Amino acid sequence: MLLTLLILIPLLAGAVSFAINGNGAKGLALVSSLATLAISGIICDADVTSFSTPWIPRLGTQFSLLGDGMSSMLCLLTGIVMTVVIIAIWNKEVERPGAFYGLMLLSQAGITGVFLAYDALLFYFFWELALIPVYFLCSQWGGEKRIPVTFKFFVYTFVGSLIMLAALIYLSLQSPGADAYSWQNIVRAGSSLPASEQKWLFWMIFIAFAIKMPIFPFHTWQPDAYEQSPTPVTIILSALMVKMGMFAVIRWLLPVVPEGVAFWSDTVITLSIVGIVYASLLAIVQTDIKRLVAYSSIAHMGLMCAAAFANTHSGMHGLMVQMFNHGINITGMWLLVHMVEQRWGTRDMTRLGGMASTAPQMAIALVIISVANVALPLTNGFIGEFMLFNGLFESQSPYHITFMVVAGLGIILGAVYTLNMVQRTAYGNATEMVVAKDLTANEYLGLGVIIALILFLGVYPKPLLELTAGAVNQIIP
Amino acid sequence: MTNLVYLVPLFPLIGFLINGLGWRTIPKGVAGAIGSLTVLGSFIVSLLIFFEVKSSGSTTVVHLFDFIQSGKLYIPFSFQVDALSSLFLLIITGIGFLIHVYSTSYMHDDEGMVKYFAYLNLFVFSMLLLVLGANYLIMFIGWEGVGLCSYLLIGFWFKNRDYTNAAKKAFVMNRIGDLGFLVGMLMVLYNFGTLSYQEFFGKIGSIDAPGAVGDSLYTWIAVCFFIGAMGKSAQIPLYTWLPDAMAGPTPVSALIHAATMVTAGIYMIARSSALYNLAPTAQAFIAIIGVATALLAATIAIKQYDIKKVLAYSTVSQLGFMFLALGVGAYTTAVFHVMTHAFFKALMFLGSGSVIHAMGGEQDIRKMGGLGKKMRITQITFLIGCLAIAGIPGFSGFFSKDEILAAAFSHNPILFYLALAGAMMTAFYMFRLYFLTFTGPFRGTHEQEHHLHESPAAMTIPLVVLAVLSIVGGYVGLPPVISEHHTLEHYLSPVVTNFRMHHLSHATEWMLMGLSTGLVVVMIVVAYTITKKPNFIPNTGLASVLENKWYVDELYNAIIVRPLEGLSNVMYRFVEKLGIDGLVNGVGRSVRWGSDRVRLLQSGQVGFYIFVMVIGMTVVFALSYFWIQ
Repeated sequence: MLLTLLILIPLLAGAVSFAINGNGAKGLALVSSLATLAISGIICDADVTSFSTPWIPRLGTQFSLLGDGMSSMLCLLTGIVMTVVIIAIWNKEVERPGAFYGLMLLSQAGITGVFLAYDALLFYFFWELALIPVYFLCSQWGGEKRIPVTFKFFVYTFVGSLIMLAALIYLSLQSPGADAYSWQNIVRAGSSLPASEQKWLFWMIFIAFAIKMPIFPFHTWQPDAYEQSPTPVTIILSALMVKMGMFAVIRWLLPVVPEGVAFWSDTVITLSIVGIVYASLLAIVQTDIKRLVAYSSIAHMGLMCAAAFANTHSGMHGLMVQMFNHGINITGMWLLVHMVEQRWGTRDMTRLGGMASTAPQMAIALVIISVANVALPLTNGFIGEFMLFNGLFESQSPYHITFMVVAGLGIILGAVYTLNMVQRTAYGNATEMVVAKDLTANEYLGLGVIIALILFLGVYPKPLLELTAGAVNQIIP
Repeated sequence: MTNLVYLVPLFPLIGFLINGLGWRTIPKGVAGAIGSLTVLGSFIVSLLIFFEVKSSGSTTVVHLFDFIQSGKLYIPFSFQVDALSSLFLLIITGIGFLIHVYSTSYMHDDEGMVKYFAYLNLFVFSMLLLVLGANYLIMFIGWEGVGLCSYLLIGFWFKNRDYTNAAKKAFVMNRIGDLGFLVGMLMVLYNFGTLSYQEFFGKIGSIDAPGAVGDSLYTWIAVCFFIGAMGKSAQIPLYTWLPDAMAGPTPVSALIHAATMVTAGIYMIARSSALYNLAPTAQAFIAIIGVATALLAATIAIKQYDIKKVLAYSTVSQLGFMFLALGVGAYTTAVFHVMTHAFFKALMFLGSGSVIHAMGGEQDIRKMGGLGKKMRITQITFLIGCLAIAGIPGFSGFFSKDEILAAAFSHNPILFYLALAGAMMTAFYMFRLYFLTFTGPFRGTHEQEHHLHESPAAMTIPLVVLAVLSIVGGYVGLPPVISEHHTLEHYLSPVVTNFRMHHLSHATEWMLMGLSTGLVVVMIVVAYTITKKPNFIPNTGLASVLENKWYVDELYNAIIVRPLEGLSNVMYRFVEKLGIDGLVNGVGRSVRWGSDRVRLLQSGQVGFYIFVMVIGMTVVFALSYFWIQ
């Protein structure tokens, strides 16, 4: 029941929010996020929880939810990110706040549903539910090039989803019945198919996830979309929605077409690793902070995706940890980008500089979050990255060492672009960034939570590792 | 006491937290006191631990908490207290404390003094983690942690773009090495299932015959770790960050970029001596890189005019000597030189800080001269440092450097002669620096001359203490011709195993010692005659190449930095924008183009529809007819 509440609360709050205007919507959103945060805390504490009730029996689909370690962790991440974002942007003036926060909450409901769905059709339903509000958010509140960019983003991801839907329908038809779309049934149907069929089914399903994460070369929608979206929406996109892709690979791809995965894993790892180096190189030449962070995120997702296909215990466990940590860190990064833009009216790094003199608290936060971004030890980013590299190195693939070493170039290039960013925004003399207000109380709180999590989970990752250990053992015994 | 070892890193961590969180409210004096006293606390605990280890000779692993646990992968957060780590604890906290005290005076006029002490304490904390870790991952935590502090302190005066560039360069070059370290760790983990020193070396020991696991495996692991050491300890080809790192405050150069952090690579290899003993190819590689670095850096130091740059290249060169010792399997000798070098190089950096302080920020030795008259303590202590590094008998550097030369000789005489050349250059550039700075007439402005003064006690006392250590520090490792009992080697023997050392006959040893001492004295005399009437005409030919550091920075820019930027730009403009995104948009456009054409079919003329329908049916019938056939 708690699982259902986790979806219902933001759904209802979102619907109500449209009716309210003004600051009430903001308050409602905050209350709703705090409630979901509390509930996700409870389900993280509990063992595996599940919930199931008939939905559309004629189609063979049920309203079936599962909260295992992985799902609970991602719900917790969703709760934290939503709460922190709402607090940190409290002072932001948005037009039509009722609709804005309403759509944010609807999107949260969809994302949570994706993380919990244990039925393929339900999964697809939430997958699209999460996307549609984001489409409106980008196209209504976005930057000047928002219309073509959101259109591309929407069509791109939607085409991927439709192909996946076709694959899911095909799988459900293998054994029709009242629970044709249940996870067990889909997995049974998929894994008993001959390898030749699994090979093409793999791509039909994976393409949707590859676009969402995104994996090279399906990534070009992403920097544009991140750049044009209002920052709170960018946070939802990059901290939460890309995790949908990663999560979906683990739940709806790896067990469903195991032979297809085995056949294509080297290809996917190669693409992911090419993506790491490629995106890191592109990040070096960006001048807009948002685009820089966007490419940095592609590089990070590349490493995570590579480890997902490495088929090792350590890699999978690292992936779990890193999904959480990446969500936390990138939220902090975007919040800082948002604050920079609010104060100085630009994201162009050639015009920024001197933050360390004018807004030292903000500069300290920037440095801490940046070192987490380059996975410095004793920040949370390191734990995940070390385990991912270890997983990649231990994989059965004959190219495992090459994979790891090439992926490892990312840690060098990552240092280059991240420190470039720090240098160009925080250091130097204040040129245009002359007058600035340092962190306000709500920004301090929001960034404080992020930094506390970065350091705590970097020093003591045990809670996160234990939370997800069961789920990892299920996937890779 | 060893169970309380966590106190050693805890004190500076507390200091960091206090100064770091209270950077806006804490007065400068208090920040300095907190910074210094916390390190003093660590030093006292380290001293107690040292004597305990000295009497028992045991190795204790102190488990703090589980760090990473996932299936078979288990990495605890634990410390190892043994002879090697306790010695490094003393060096780090002892010299660290002196430099903190020195900084209270040196940095007193800086607006960022509280921040400075926070960073410095964080550095000491990270460095202590590095040497205390009981497995490679904890070492790696400290390893990257000191890298971060180095970055923050090099770019301490963040308004200067050159300084922040230097900071960035240091971090990125270290990261290149760190990738090697990481790969090495993963190889150990993959093949041995552990990162703990005791378990790993135990497993190596049990499969003693090379070939059981694979000789080449040991070599690969050893080389990967050494790549990490190249970055951190500034060896060819990753050394160019260290001279640039002089952008940081001078006490930082003394602590991080001379005495402690840059010796982390030597610590790492000495710690892994069991591994390196099984990887002779890797050892040879280390010896070659070491001696090449020692020579290259020494040649550059000869023609530098910035007092700190001379010391920086000297550090690179001395680190090269230490790697030469490691490469020939004389691990304790390398550690010995780490220790004596920490004394005399920290001394000279602090001395140069005192000089820069007196000169009002001037670092060019062409504008100095005759400073000895006004700053007697700085002069004498600096001279002691020079005598020590040059290897004049009786001073600490003599003993450790002589040991390196002897080890090189017993391994391969060619290495010995190359190292000897390096030692001669060392004596030359050091005394060139000394004479140009402290003797002769003053060459600066009148204003500077008027301003000249000896530094306050907080700066001179650390100089005196380090000068004393630079003299007596060598007596823990007397050469065999004088005493059969090598205190340091005996102390380290439970942890560090030296590799097949040939013992030289006493006659050979006397000969080597005499040769190196004689040549060093000659070089000092040469330096004296050259600097007596200094002329600073622009350099030409080879001298100009040396002044420009063999153009290595320019070379790296031309073959790595700029091509990488170019590649990134090409990737962005063409592959990303035109290629991939162009393709994606192209698909979109062609769909729209197609729909535009298909739309025309919907003309609304019923006759056209019927016509198309008939054609379609005909085609279907025809196809199915052939299909059935």
